[in-house]
Amino acid sequence: MSAHGHTEDGHGREGYDFAHPMPVSMLLAVFGALVVLTIVTVAQASFDFGSYDILIVMGIATIKATLVMLFFMHMAWEKPFNTIVFVGSFVFVGLFVIFTLSDSSLTSDSFEPKIDEVVPMVVEG
Amino acid sequence: MSTIDVAPENAHDAHGHDHDHDHPSFLAHHFDTPEQQFDSGKLGIWLFLVTEVLFFSGMFCAYAIFRNLKPEVFEGNSQFLNTKLGAINTGVLLFSSLTMAWAVRCSQTEEYKKLTGMLAATLSCAMIFLGVKSIEYSHKWGMGLLPAGSFFYDPANPHPTAAQITSYGFSENVAFFLQNSLYFLCAPFLMVLIGVVIWLVVATIQGNKFQKACALPLAVVSLCFFVGVGLGMILESGGSEGHGADHAMADHAMVDGGHASHDHGDHDHAVGEHSHDEAHASEEALAGGDLSIRQRLASDATNSGLQSELEARRQQTAMASGAVVAQGGQVEGGITSATENVFTPRTAGVFFSIYYCMTGVHAIHILGGIGVLVWLLIRSVRNDFNRQYFGPVDYVGLYWHLVDLIWIYLFPLLYLIR
Repeated sequence: MSAHGHTEDGHGREGYDFAHPMPVSMLLAVFGALVVLTIVTVAQASFDFGSYDILIVMGIATIKATLVMLFFMHMAWEKPFNTIVFVGSFVFVGLFVIFTLSDSSLTSDSFEPKIDEVVPMVVEG
Repeated sequence: MSTIDVAPENAHDAHGHDHDHDHPSFLAHHFDTPEQQFDSGKLGIWLFLVTEVLFFSGMFCAYAIFRNLKPEVFEGNSQFLNTKLGAINTGVLLFSSLTMAWAVRCSQTEEYKKLTGMLAATLSCAMIFLGVKSIEYSHKWGMGLLPAGSFFYDPANPHPTAAQITSYGFSENVAFFLQNSLYFLCAPFLMVLIGVVIWLVVATIQGNKFQKACALPLAVVSLCFFVGVGLGMILESGGSEGHGADHAMADHAMVDGGHASHDHGDHDHAVGEHSHDEAHASEEALAGGDLSIRQRLASDATNSGLQSELEARRQQTAMASGAVVAQGGQVEGGITSATENVFTPRTAGVFFSIYYCMTGVHAIHILGGIGVLVWLLIRSVRNDFNRQYFGPVDYVGLYWHLVDLIWIYLFPLLYLIR
């Protein structure tokens, strides 16, 4: 952490100068990219890509999440250990979702009864 | 460089007269340097965020299971969610992330006025988000788009009166709440606004500069909830065309979605006649005393039982025509091939259970974020933060970005299904 900062401007002691302010231009650029990607994801919802739909949507969301993590959450300059801890959690989320999904698709085809109950309400007019 | 030589009783105000280092007031006595203190806190907040990710993954998992089992339910019911409101909320939350990241920068560069401004902007965005959200929720509650078990939405009558709601088995109080839920959602925020304004007035009269500097941004922040409510109202009332009109299954869903109530009748009637004609054409061969009544009843999309019966009759007729059916022989078919109706209380309720659970827990996180941001705002007015002590701003920022991160996934998963 102390690799940047105090060596250039020459003040402060070891462990006393560790702030790493993000340039405003970078923050604004990241925000602009996020807004553009949001518009793209809303726009693509009106086109039919069939089974690729969910992949495209999740792909765009992941790009946005990566931008937020790298720049807004400062992860690009984070200590490697903190990055491993946080990104590691997504590995476990993946394991959790994949195993539970495969289990549910192997054992039960539906949590619901086959036949829906009749809704008796019909208002004339 | 050890803290042993700093006596515990003066650890907070001893500025190291006879030590080789100063121990500033913001540095807890068990830390050697501000950087050590910052890094410890940072690891702590990352670990907290890990638990948050795992916590939310349970709900994403439930979503994945149910969408996997019943994709058509999610596709059909997603039409009830107003994409415009969701997109506006996404933008608002992204902007609040920008101001939050900027606030972290301001705390590092010691721009105190700007830091307070950025925190207030973040808070205002959070309030606008909640305002739009309360429009979405109250709109759905009034229509009976509720979690499984209490779901009572009826396409033929999307905006029931309180008396009609009680006929679904709700008490009068609950019906009154569902009818007027927007007022109930606004009430606590109105009380907060009034309280903050009173605080502002009192602080101004007393001439307490610090309290006035806190209350002024907070009054703007509380007002922003109602900006969000207004924004939501405008978008909700004009937002009927974005509901997937070309979607065949959404024919009846379209009856809702912010149409003014006076054109419900016409719309309903047209849909009903259309499907009645179709049913009539395909089932000419059928005979039966009350068949025409059944066909009329089955023209309502929710009447899946009668639709299934008519479908079964049609298939039986088709199988029987030109064939000799043995006496007592069973004709199979009908019910199993009838298309499943996704708007029945049980199936649609599952979607809304997941919707309310995910967005509701997310909204609770927003409320929690508002709480800590108010704390930060007051501390920033007090000029507590500097280039060596900006940890709290940074940690809250990380939490806030995580909340934004979750919404980045929630928005397309819930609102943008087609």
